[in-house]
Amino acid sequence: MTFLEQVLAILWKDISCELRSKQTWMGMALFALLVLVIFNFAFDLRVDNKAAIAPGALWVAFVFASLLGLGRTIAAEREKGLMDRLLLCPVDRKAIYLAKLLGNLLFIGVVELVALPVFAALFNVPLFAGSLLPIVLLGTLGIASVGTLFSAIASATQARELLLPLLIFPLIVPVVIGAVRATGALMVPAANEPPWLGLITAFDVIFLSISMLTFEFVIEE
Amino acid sequence: MALAKHEPDVEQRDTGHTSKRKHAHFPYISLLLGLLSFTGMLVSICMIFLYAPMDAVQGEPQRIFYFHVPMAWLGMLGFGVVAAAGIGYLITKDERWDWAARASAELGAIFITLALVTGSIWGETIWGTWWTWDARLTTTLILWFIYISYLMLRSYLGRTPSSARAGAVLAIVGIIDVPIIYESVNWWRTLHPAQQVGVAGALPPSVVLTLMISLASFTLFYTFLMIQLYQLQRLQTLAQRLRAHLM
Repeated sequence: MTFLEQVLAILWKDISCELRSKQTWMGMALFALLVLVIFNFAFDLRVDNKAAIAPGALWVAFVFASLLGLGRTIAAEREKGLMDRLLLCPVDRKAIYLAKLLGNLLFIGVVELVALPVFAALFNVPLFAGSLLPIVLLGTLGIASVGTLFSAIASATQARELLLPLLIFPLIVPVVIGAVRATGALMVPAANEPPWLGLITAFDVIFLSISMLTFEFVIEE
Repeated sequence: MALAKHEPDVEQRDTGHTSKRKHAHFPYISLLLGLLSFTGMLVSICMIFLYAPMDAVQGEPQRIFYFHVPMAWLGMLGFGVVAAAGIGYLITKDERWDWAARASAELGAIFITLALVTGSIWGETIWGTWWTWDARLTTTLILWFIYISYLMLRSYLGRTPSSARAGAVLAIVGIIDVPIIYESVNWWRTLHPAQQVGVAGALPPSVVLTLMISLASFTLFYTFLMIQLYQLQRLQTLAQRLRAHLM
């Protein structure tokens, strides 16, 4: 099997599991929508403060919803004792990481596709479909690349759900800043902004490479 | 299975031997470092309050700067040591690296907390606010969060090789992330006036001397504490292993 085939095989296993149960992404999507609704109450939205609040609300919803999905990355393997079997497979550890990352990206991506139109409707902002898409994709990649690595770490502990956000949130600060600012710049174009999209891409490359290199150390027993 | 059970036993006997050998020596280095840092602290406290000139603009509150800077420095050095020891552990698989990492994480967490507290006190008197989202402050706060999550992770995972590897990975990702966080917060606030954090064009030599001595004695103190905490980590691991062996 080539590296790509290994990745696709593990990815396909996760997708078919998810397609049968549909638990994770339904929960994530509903949660993201609920966060958006709560934000409507938390901030009294008016025309003049909308541009300042909407990008933040969108990304908080995305980050929180991603956490739910990320927490499940290795959960099925750990709960049913399948971790050893996955590790016994003659596959590269990097392939396992990439497959898990792609799976997370896919689930989070589906959730974001559901949440974006609702966000546009609830906050009464235009969708910017074309230019918002790369920001959402790159921002999610940054969150998921760190998140996949740390969910493998957190899943080895008893307090998985508690520990995961504590580990991830401090580390994804640069991506969140970049994504929120890039989204904000779409709504209200501002001068003198650094090239946020390029910066997010750089963060993604850095996070992806360290996570991929260190993943093998965290899943060995 | 039998092999897996046998291994820690051998390791334990090995470390037991070295501990006996070490016990025979009087801890000269530790004592020397303790004495040096104690005198250094006394000297620097005298210098800070008696020798260093009073700041013309900030007055007496400026003197907290001589405590704040060494603490912030040790908070950062501590995390660097955690990451370096983590890399050492991943390469050699020698648990002594992990003891050093744990010891430095505990120390660094204390120093960075003190740096945040002293900085806030200074900020309240000089800037009139306890906190501002300046790049340096924000990065220090996030480093504090990384420290605490590191300590929490280690306490959840216990003293196993997988815990040591997880800690090493967190430290490595953290040490690469901290400069990125600093830069991104900097860009995030580019449009806002950045407050100057006590960087004057020319500091008088007495200020520099006091700061240097304070930095040196705090670093000596850190080294002294590192040795103590390292030994404590070692003994805790051995005690836990003995307990597991007996039960």
